[in-house]
Amino acid sequence: MASEIKQGTLELVNHLPILQVIIPMLIAPILVVLNNKTLSWLLSFVGTLASLFISILLIQAVSDGSILTYYLGGWVPPIGIEYRIDAANAILLFLISIISAIVLIFSYSSLHAEIPEEKHTLFYACFLLCLTGLLGVVATADIFNVFVFLEISSLSTYVLVAQGSYLDRRALSASFNYLIMGTIGATFFVIGIGYIYMATGSLNMMDIAERVSQLGDNRTIQAGFAFIVVGMGLKLAMVPLHVWLPNAYTFAPTVVTCFLAATATKVALYVLIRFVFSVFNYEENFVSELFFLLLMPLAVIAMIAASVIAIFKQNLKKLLAYSSLAQIGYMLLGLSLMSQKGLSSSLVHMVNHGFTKAALFMSLGAFMFNTKNVYIKSLRGLGKSMPFTSGAFVIGGLSLIGVPGTAGFISKWLLLEAALETGYWLLAILIIVSSLFAVIYIWKIIEVLYFAESTETYSEVSVLTLMPIWILAFFCIFLGINTGLTVDVANMATEILFK
Amino acid sequence: MPIEFLIFLTVFTPALVGGFNLIFNKKPNVRDTVTLLGALITFYFSANIFLGFDGQATQYKLATIMPGIDISFHIEPLGIIFSMLASGLWILTHIYAIGYMRGAKEKNHSRFFFFFSLSIASVMGISFSGNLFTLFLFYEILTLITFPLVSHKGSNEALRGARVYLSILLGTSIGLQLLGIIWIYFSIGTLDFVKGGILNGSFGSLELTLLVALFAFGIGKAALFPFHRWLPAAMVAPTPVSALLHAVAVVKAGVFTVLKVGVYIFGVESLSVSGATDWLTWLACFSILFASLVAMTKDNLKARLAYSTISQLAYVVLAFSLANSLGVLGGALQIVTHAFGKITLFMCAGSIYVATKKTNISDMQGLGRVMPITFLSFLIGAISIIGLPPMGGSWAKWFLILSSLEADKQFVVLVLLISSLLNIAYLLPLVAKGFYLNPSDQKEFKSFKEPSAFVWLPPAITASISLLLFFYVGHIRDFMINFGLVS
Repeated sequence: MASEIKQGTLELVNHLPILQVIIPMLIAPILVVLNNKTLSWLLSFVGTLASLFISILLIQAVSDGSILTYYLGGWVPPIGIEYRIDAANAILLFLISIISAIVLIFSYSSLHAEIPEEKHTLFYACFLLCLTGLLGVVATADIFNVFVFLEISSLSTYVLVAQGSYLDRRALSASFNYLIMGTIGATFFVIGIGYIYMATGSLNMMDIAERVSQLGDNRTIQAGFAFIVVGMGLKLAMVPLHVWLPNAYTFAPTVVTCFLAATATKVALYVLIRFVFSVFNYEENFVSELFFLLLMPLAVIAMIAASVIAIFKQNLKKLLAYSSLAQIGYMLLGLSLMSQKGLSSSLVHMVNHGFTKAALFMSLGAFMFNTKNVYIKSLRGLGKSMPFTSGAFVIGGLSLIGVPGTAGFISKWLLLEAALETGYWLLAILIIVSSLFAVIYIWKIIEVLYFAESTETYSEVSVLTLMPIWILAFFCIFLGINTGLTVDVANMATEILFK
Repeated sequence: MPIEFLIFLTVFTPALVGGFNLIFNKKPNVRDTVTLLGALITFYFSANIFLGFDGQATQYKLATIMPGIDISFHIEPLGIIFSMLASGLWILTHIYAIGYMRGAKEKNHSRFFFFFSLSIASVMGISFSGNLFTLFLFYEILTLITFPLVSHKGSNEALRGARVYLSILLGTSIGLQLLGIIWIYFSIGTLDFVKGGILNGSFGSLELTLLVALFAFGIGKAALFPFHRWLPAAMVAPTPVSALLHAVAVVKAGVFTVLKVGVYIFGVESLSVSGATDWLTWLACFSILFASLVAMTKDNLKARLAYSTISQLAYVVLAFSLANSLGVLGGALQIVTHAFGKITLFMCAGSIYVATKKTNISDMQGLGRVMPITFLSFLIGAISIIGLPPMGGSWAKWFLILSSLEADKQFVVLVLLISSLLNIAYLLPLVAKGFYLNPSDQKEFKSFKEPSAFVWLPPAITASISLLLFFYVGHIRDFMINFGLVS
């Protein structure tokens, strides 16, 4: 494994790890000062495009297995803060920045339907801060820095979710609920960091990893680990710590729901993965026992129970939110297998599910333009009057089910293979049962779209709204046929993590 | 023309035709002519593949998805036979569908023909699949694309039927077949179709039995008991769909997959040595007799034909389970002859419906006198299904009997004979009643006549081909022997 470290010179390429975090952060206050609706959209879009561009450069740079590091202010770790990009976080940086760019295209034509125009500037400022936080969490190699960025993203997320209150006042209570739960999670997380600092005296991941291995069997470290798992479990909506998620997704504005569903929980899961593999020693008994005895059963419960609940939901945003819980179960399951294949399937599924769920939520948002709500009965016959939106929804739905030729199939295939490799036949069967439930709840919607008589006629949404939806739908297919971006990078990432 | 290009064209042409169906939405005559041309061209291409086939089993890779998992195509005798069968019958069914859809005043013609063409495209993909993954891909696409055809009427009954259809087909393929495929990939590392199989003894006999079960039940399109319920449920579809898809393309895609997996994944020899399919012989025999018995209780003609199809499909599963090359030959012949026989029967059922709006056998007394061509075609098709000379169907039964003797399973012969008797009992009374009994309502009866030539000609043609197959079956046999599919 070639892990060459690039450091030192003033060339722009060496500053890429920090640049993509900094750009949205710097643009956010400018928006507030300018206070112009169109301009703030334009600036945010340019900012996210820059982040996207940088993340593509990064993913190219690390796809050969090399690692990019950046010392903030030139301070060498463990004193200074280090940014460290390898295949594992490059793929997430790419996911976050591309989803935010696509979501912003959608928001240009759709935001005015959900949020009054005078709030748009603040909305975009919050959005950029949230993006900054998510990118920062992923890029940094300093555990306290992780906490800081996590809070930047979480605080702005609470505001963003609350923006749904212009359509439905319940967004406020959903946001408050999320605030309380999220803060409890953050508290647990920071306590965990405190324990680690107490035991090792360091905040840098690499440094801690070295010291942890010297400490041996240490209660403080184990307690810290437990706190971190619970804290991240709340943030990533692991069953039974998931209660904030369905309402937050349901009542937030469409733009926010798309963005959160595709990125936020994945970032929390990434943090968990990073801590398990790069901070703690994954071969330690307390880590693997926790994964086997706690995470695996919880993941299976999420996969099955959330899918069953989704079948009975009439509000489609809620239906998809429960389906997200089930999909998070797949990712956790992959991780809890504690094998290279399992972890790689988990990473791949993060990306594939990100695109899939964003496509589904976004086409729901487009339906909402016309129907004003997302109850299943109001979508009757929309397949005929809104053929393009419905088409994209069908593609997203097929990918969620995991039909061959779509992105979802690839992740399911990898996960099944990983389950068979470890010899858990029952798990493989449960995964399949869960995807059969997905068939039921997706097909329920498709049937209403195409085979129910419509009561009213609607017109198709504008091309500008359709474009981002179809970009996402395209990715659902593309990632099912070309897996160079997902599987290859994920395999590289697991090799680095398992080193 | 290079042969990989031809494969691409056979898959692409029907898909393109599907697109034209949507473009010429407003001009039905142009649309239907274009589709007919497309069907002819598709048949021309697959005939060219047949003529250009030199016995080389080259894999043509289209795309690599993951290491060891490609979308790839290859050409082998079974696939050629299946593709020529499906594309050839598409021509006739299309002509029939034009007459039927207009005569029976169905709605949404463009959507219907769009999905119809697309399903032919995926059938072509199935027939030339070079590995199990590609086959599975097109298999699933075919399931999804035929759903709108089954639910075409949009009524609650149609939706209910389509839901059963989809849930059984998707449920078995995702729940069982996919598991089998991943198991093979996980143990062997490849999914390519190779003559003689790829398992090479990596599975113990218990594991092999389990794997056979995953495929025998997982290929839900083969409608093996107890996963046969979708086939009668799918009969809510318009008759051309029942005729081409549920007598030929979809169900044959199922049994084709069974044979293909048997020959190119398991390998006939290793199957017969391990005895992993012995239980399947019993189940297939049960499925044959059970479906025939149920068919006798059905008064609705299409439902009766559906159960008859279930019974006939089990013949091919039986052929697979006998695991010798005579069985493969019999199975392949059964695919061909049953296709011609059953499509004739379905088209006749449809033309009776177009002409008289009658669907129940008990109402069809005396109709033979006003619709002689339809009823004669029905008679010929029925005889071929029963397996009596001088119809093609008799050869399939002949080779199956030889094969079961070779496999030392004499009881199968008895089952085949009983099944033929049962076939006589449920297929021929319709013809007899049609010609010999008097209609119950004379006044209404006077107004009936043969429907347009679009509707009665195609079944007459397929019936004649059933007859011709009896004399020319040797060519199919030689073709398979020359290219080493069977010995």
